[in-house]
Amino acid sequence: MELLVQSVSHDFADLAVLRDISFRVAPGEILALVGPSGCGKSTLLAIIGGLLHPQKGRVATIGAPPDGSFNPMTFVFQDFALLPWRSVADNVGFVLEHAPLDASERGNIVADVLRRTGLVEFAHSYPKQLSGGMRQRVGIARALAVRPELLLMDEPFSALDAQTRDLLIEDFVSLMSGNRMGAVYVTHNLEEAARLADRVVVLSRRPARIREIVELPLARESRDALFVAAHQRSLWSLIRDEAAAAAREIADA
Amino acid sequence: MLEGTETVAVRFRGGGFTPLPGRYSAWLAFLIGLAAWQGVCSLGWVSPLFLPSPFRIAVALSQLVISGEIWPHLWASLIRIGGGWLVGTVAGLAIGLAMGLLTLARAVGMPMVSALFPIPKIALLPLLILWLGIGETAKIATIALGVFFPTVIAVYSGVDAVPRNLIRMAQSFEVPTAAIVWKVILPGAMPAILAGFRISAATALLLVVSAEMIGAETGLGAFVLEAGNLMQTDRLLAGVVILSLLGLVIGRAISILERRLLRWR
Ligand SMILES: Nc1ncnc2c1ncn2[C@@H]1O[C@H](COP(=O)(O)OP(=O)(O)O)[C@@H](O)[C@H]1O
Ligand SMILES: [Mg+2]
Repeated sequence: MELLVQSVSHDFADLAVLRDISFRVAPGEILALVGPSGCGKSTLLAIIGGLLHPQKGRVATIGAPPDGSFNPMTFVFQDFALLPWRSVADNVGFVLEHAPLDASERGNIVADVLRRTGLVEFAHSYPKQLSGGMRQRVGIARALAVRPELLLMDEPFSALDAQTRDLLIEDFVSLMSGNRMGAVYVTHNLEEAARLADRVVVLSRRPARIREIVELPLARESRDALFVAAHQRSLWSLIRDEAAAAAREIADA
Repeated sequence: MLEGTETVAVRFRGGGFTPLPGRYSAWLAFLIGLAAWQGVCSLGWVSPLFLPSPFRIAVALSQLVISGEIWPHLWASLIRIGGGWLVGTVAGLAIGLAMGLLTLARAVGMPMVSALFPIPKIALLPLLILWLGIGETAKIATIALGVFFPTVIAVYSGVDAVPRNLIRMAQSFEVPTAAIVWKVILPGAMPAILAGFRISAATALLLVVSAEMIGAETGLGAFVLEAGNLMQTDRLLAGVVILSLLGLVIGRAISILERRLLRWR
């Protein structure tokens, strides 16, 4: 399944947020969306995921999702969005309860994704008993449970401390290798983009336009610290002025 | 290494401001209060007509229980509270949910609820008696009205306070609307709903006593009023004790419900 974003523009009342955004996401590709805070990244992701109707342009897919995918485009949220009254296993099961599965099939899927995300021993814990990193593992397990084609991730690790984030990114890289799943990965963290993305869409400050689309060579499993640092720097040079201007705008407001 | 050096211990300044719940002190204070009351009465400082001693109240209470005289009253009050509370709660849940979820219901309901909420519902009892007759229905309707409004407000604000991101999450996984209401919105609003139960139960108790004082032969309110008319202050206060116990039991029941339903908090 390929994703097509075609000339999307969006305003909130008088606030111009997105201007003429177009790009493609190839099957299995991780595309990072970077840009200064408040430029419209979350808005764009909500539009891609069908949670917000764009005022202009459209979002489309090419090719049917494979059989067995319950929700081809699946969000992973910055604030995890877990139901606090459900255990880990039941939070994951929640998104399968309306799928055409019987209880034992559902239980098998839940057990499988909990195993893949290292959550087996926490299956019966409640979200408030978990650290932030563990909570986002639940968010990822829940997303995997519906067998998505494309993950829509809105700063999934930005609420976590640096070490936890590093660990989760490592696990995420190995989780993504060896399957067809792709991702649109929103972040303002350029290091994350340099570590994870096949391509990076660099957005300007609000109203966001595409400044540049940067292609990163090298499979992400083989990227080392030097590679990441170099690409982080070159991305930074692209958005430095924009970020500074955006920060001044916020200070003036 | 520090020999010969004068050292000054840092002065502790972090004390106080951490009151702890006492286990026995409350009971002790209660018993001391009772004993003082009993003492004042036994010494003949006040007329037993105005303030009977705790002992006499206890005797009156046990006589009421043993003779069985109190049960029809208690039963009548319980039926009215139960019926009124149930009707008011079911209606309040439905309307509150609608107002929390639907634009039209909110636009129409909000001003109506704000306008009618402050009316003391007991003032409507005479009107309800005119409409529904002097029987049980008017009393139950008064209680139901009194329960309805706090329930609507609790449910509505509870639904309104459910984090939007949870609803969006469910939508993004294509969870059907009815399941979102049932599995996301209702549990998310449950803390506010149960807090509303506390208020509505207290209102029901208040209203049942008032309604029974206005026009009833049975019920704890009627019993207390009649005891007062006959200047049987020991029986009067025995009735008040029963009402207090009833309030305590209802409060306990809601606490248990909260502990069971809100374990996740
Ligand atoms: N529902 C909304 N209504 C009005 N303004 C909004 C809404 N959502 C976001 N905005 C505004 O749109 C701009 C872009 O927001 P967002 O997409 O969240 O930015 P980013 O994710 O890049 O930080 C911000 O100025 C934000 O305040
Ligand atoms: Mg954002």
